[in-house]
Amino acid sequence: MEYKFDLEKNEVLLKEFKAFLSEIKKNNGALMPALQKAQELFNYLPKEVLKLISDELNIPLAEIYGVATFYSQFSFIPKGENQINVCLGTACYVKGAQSILEEFEKELGIKQGETTSDLKFSIGQARCLGDCSKAPVVMINSDIFPLVKKKDVKKILDNYR
Amino acid sequence: MDRDRLLNIRNEKKPEIVEKLIRDDVVEIRAERVVLKGDYYKNQLRIALRNCDIINPFDIEEYIAFDGYFALYKALNDLSQREVVDIMKNSLLRGRGGAGFPTGKKWEEAFSFDADQKYIICNADEGDPGAFMDRSILEKDPHSVLEGMAIGGYAIGANKGFIYVRAEYPQAVKTLRHAIAQAKENGLLGEDIFGMGFNFDIELRLGSGAFVCGEGTALIESIEGHRGMPRPKLQRTAHVGLWGKPTIINNVETFANVAPIILNGAEWFRSIGTEKSPGTKVFSLVGKIENAGLVEVPMGTKLRDIVFDIGGGCQNNKEYKAVQTGGPSGGCIPKEYLDVSVDFESLDSIGSIMGSGGMVVMDENTCMIDIAKYFLEFSVDESCGKCIPCREGTRRMYEILELITEGKAEMNDLEELEKLSHVVSNTSLCGLGQTAPNPVVTTLKYYKDEYLAHIVDKKCPAKSCKALITYTISDRCIGCSICKKNCPVDAIDGELKKKYSIDNEKCIKCGSCYEVCPVKPVKAVEIY
Repeated sequence: MEYKFDLEKNEVLLKEFKAFLSEIKKNNGALMPALQKAQELFNYLPKEVLKLISDELNIPLAEIYGVATFYSQFSFIPKGENQINVCLGTACYVKGAQSILEEFEKELGIKQGETTSDLKFSIGQARCLGDCSKAPVVMINSDIFPLVKKKDVKKILDNYR
Repeated sequence: MDRDRLLNIRNEKKPEIVEKLIRDDVVEIRAERVVLKGDYYKNQLRIALRNCDIINPFDIEEYIAFDGYFALYKALNDLSQREVVDIMKNSLLRGRGGAGFPTGKKWEEAFSFDADQKYIICNADEGDPGAFMDRSILEKDPHSVLEGMAIGGYAIGANKGFIYVRAEYPQAVKTLRHAIAQAKENGLLGEDIFGMGFNFDIELRLGSGAFVCGEGTALIESIEGHRGMPRPKLQRTAHVGLWGKPTIINNVETFANVAPIILNGAEWFRSIGTEKSPGTKVFSLVGKIENAGLVEVPMGTKLRDIVFDIGGGCQNNKEYKAVQTGGPSGGCIPKEYLDVSVDFESLDSIGSIMGSGGMVVMDENTCMIDIAKYFLEFSVDESCGKCIPCREGTRRMYEILELITEGKAEMNDLEELEKLSHVVSNTSLCGLGQTAPNPVVTTLKYYKDEYLAHIVDKKCPAKSCKALITYTISDRCIGCSICKKNCPVDAIDGELKKKYSIDNEKCIKCGSCYEVCPVKPVKAVEIY
């Protein structure tokens, strides 16, 4: 699916982002915070924004792309309004997290790493959310759902629909 | 802030807090220490976790009430930089991030190396799946880390610190931001701390989801704004680190141990734990265990005591099969070694590692090949791709494990797997690659019969590998039709009140029928 970045609609956010860039510009190692802020504001890294970072921080676009593709938190398609992270850490895995992930995929009709066409949900996977004593764990946005069972999935999703 | 104010806050606040906690039945006084109440905590000795669940992490005064920032005062007022380094050296504290390098030695290297700028980094990129001790410390006692870092900064002559926190810990980031601001307001971080001319500032840097950034040099690359790829170790980071300057990187739990050591002395610390691994270690005891949670015990405690006395053994009375320690770099410890003493040397000697302290308990239903495959998949995913043995080798190993779990492997695949393990661990650049084969090596060593069952008999003894199991319905079936209703592929047929049957051609082995079968005490759906 093609996503078009709407410059007009994002005008306010872009302004905020530019202000942020000029604030951190002089710091050493400003690229990571810049990318993190962009991901936070726009929910993904649009080409237009990467070009802006390149101009402002004076770093070649190719290098920025190299860094951005290295880290799993950055995405090049918009993440959904609600981001589902099924923890696949060891503790969750031995307690059946894989089948929970599959249930979410089945319910939403998308695979891990994808976003629903209405931009409402996207599914990611987390390596370990650090809530191992309550495994298996699912995080939606910043809400944690502990001790999730397969049959709970539908109910959990209904809260966000 | 000065000593009198520290004392005032402590004298005023502590009785208040303790009284309230005792009233709420949260804590008790044991050997003059305020400790959490309950059986789970009875056999624990909490140093790094000393304040967790006791103080309010958003109130710096509560931290001060429990001796907080007294160690920093002592270091700045009573001790020279050299003396702080010596105390740390004598304490024999070893890095709690996993490798166990002596902290004092690291500090000495940076202390004695001349440079115009030095850095302290706190590695809070806790990536091992199944480990969450660092997150707990950051969220429940952030000042203990800040104080440890400031003492480290004074000791080596650094005035700038970074905390590199993984992006998956938003709450920890929030707590740290708040704690740093509070410490600055109170003159415990920033310019001229305690009015003694020492400046130390801490900046937060966030990870972005790359496991390899827990490796020191990769972490430095990431802070500098690059791909997080490890550097060849031509120089120590204590000499040439962040932006080419001497840099000390210590783990969260290591920093949390610093203040108590400065306050109570090296001898006190060495009196706890074993001779070569003094002090305590925090473990996150998780998986198929009755009482999951954080456990802090003296080094040298027997694994059995942790899993059974504190953890209460496996859930649902299942049989213990293994404990996995050290995450993707570690190994599985079988029943025979339950009496192993948990310290750096002993775990090394049986092929596992201490690692950052994750302990994932597995029971009879866990397939060890599936676990090895799980960790290999992790390493394949997280390999940064810089060196070939790790990038390609782990992938080939993963493919072989996949064949085994699908029942398609031959005996020579096993030989190939062993050979590859050797090559990958001997020729990879950084710790990730060097230790990635460990889960395979230890499972091959202790659970070879399971590998053979998969390869020769095409059976999965734990009944977990989908390709090697079949579902059937036994005569115990009461004909309730629940399984038929729940089958997603209509593989179950039968009439009400009569025995149902599963069409194995159609069955996708999702396990739904087994889960919903109401027959007790033994389900009518059976797995072979």
